[in-house]
Amino acid sequence: MSMPYYISPEQLMQDKAEYAKKGIAKGRSIIAMEYEHGVLFVADNPSTSLFKVSEIYDAIAFSGAGKYSEFEHLRKAGIQHADLKGFMYSRQDVTARSLANGYSQTLGTIFSQELKPFEVEILVAQVGEQAGSNELYRIAFDGTIFHDRLFSVIGGRSEALLMALRKREHSERLNHDAALTHCLEALEHVHDQKISREAVEVAVLDRTRNGRKFMRIPSTPSSVSHS
Amino acid sequence: MLFNHHCSSFLEFLQQEKPELMPAARWAAASVSEGFSAETIRREYLATLAHGTTILALRYHQGVIIAGDRRATEGFQVADRRMEKVYTTDSHSAMAIAGTAGPCMEMAKLFSIELEHYEKVDGIPLSCEGKANRLAHMVKANLPMVLQGLVVVPLFVGYDHKDAQGRMFKYDIAGGRYEETDYHAVGSGGKDARITIKEHFRRNATEQDTIRIALLALLNAADEDVGTGGPDRTRRIYPTMKLVDSEGVRDVEESQVAAICEEIAASRGEDQ
Repeated sequence: MSMPYYISPEQLMQDKAEYAKKGIAKGRSIIAMEYEHGVLFVADNPSTSLFKVSEIYDAIAFSGAGKYSEFEHLRKAGIQHADLKGFMYSRQDVTARSLANGYSQTLGTIFSQELKPFEVEILVAQVGEQAGSNELYRIAFDGTIFHDRLFSVIGGRSEALLMALRKREHSERLNHDAALTHCLEALEHVHDQKISREAVEVAVLDRTRNGRKFMRIPSTPSSVSHS
Repeated sequence: MLFNHHCSSFLEFLQQEKPELMPAARWAAASVSEGFSAETIRREYLATLAHGTTILALRYHQGVIIAGDRRATEGFQVADRRMEKVYTTDSHSAMAIAGTAGPCMEMAKLFSIELEHYEKVDGIPLSCEGKANRLAHMVKANLPMVLQGLVVVPLFVGYDHKDAQGRMFKYDIAGGRYEETDYHAVGSGGKDARITIKEHFRRNATEQDTIRIALLALLNAADEDVGTGGPDRTRRIYPTMKLVDSEGVRDVEESQVAAICEEIAASRGEDQ
């Protein structure tokens, strides 16, 4: 009887994790930061049509780093989950926490059961009714889930970016412009080069908006147009 | 299949994942499992289901106005005095519904989710034409329920950014979709409303004038048709209306509707 090659589970998981981490680090970073009116997203993304940050539900947004096809798949699944839940129960029953749990389950299963893990890191944010009640969830490639406060970073050189963001005292939530400048400075610091406003994708979850809180902020205000 | 053509549609998703939540399927399942024939349902139960209505839409110089009365009836009883028949379906479209109240409201809710779902998945909203076609599909899918007497007849209005104008669509129970250029009214009081609008309608009228014509039509319909509710001054219940133009959808304030109703009543000498 021939024996298949034996690979220890530890080795297997470690290899998979390394593979996924490498894929994610190759990509560009996304920052989510709580600001005065909600949550600000700044993504290092020169494309103006292939978005990294998008709307999931009334007060919930999604952001994915790593392999586009994989996080796009997760984004659509998230919208389906949210819309189905909102239809079955009510709009207020759709929460970022349940969505983040869903992503954690899915990514965890894929990581342990599939040959190739997803090379993605997911960020789910929900703007609360008060400044203190925003929620930021970060879900890693293996389904590990983190509940972040004030700011969260996924993709690219996320560790270095976190260090750069922490340099500043975050005792209170900044206004929109200050928060955006702070994010851009952190990106510039890490990449060691000038990053223009045109080279980043910016979106907000703004609690002062009526109904759906998600809004993209184009780099030139005049380019705001109705579809 | 290389592309998944269903991923932008919430309805297709619902059909695949939770078919038991689809409106028509649920009704068909109920009638079969209870052992009721379609005939029994028609005879025994339909009289007790809530029916509308007068709903109407008119073009004005900037876009379209859509309005409806508030009464729902069950046979000879008033089922609801405050029913909302005009719904905002997305940032630049609205619909009003006539027919059996339950399925009507469900269709409005599902249609709003369908539009929002498409917009979120694809990143851009559907075109005005696309929205109107999508609603036609939903009305057509409702045909099995129509055969059992549960009619849903919507009116759809939207602002078309490509043509830079407001557009309106009416539907028949088989899902036929017809575009109207000036105005239309549907429901048990629809004919009375259309006659009034025909007398007063002018193309490119102002917002203010068009609101007045719409109210006049609803008041006349309420006068002639028992299924249509007029303004109820004691309870402060007035018809609801929405304006759809390039800026989006906005409600006509209740106070403004009330004031115009008073004015019309006064001009007819009802207060004397």
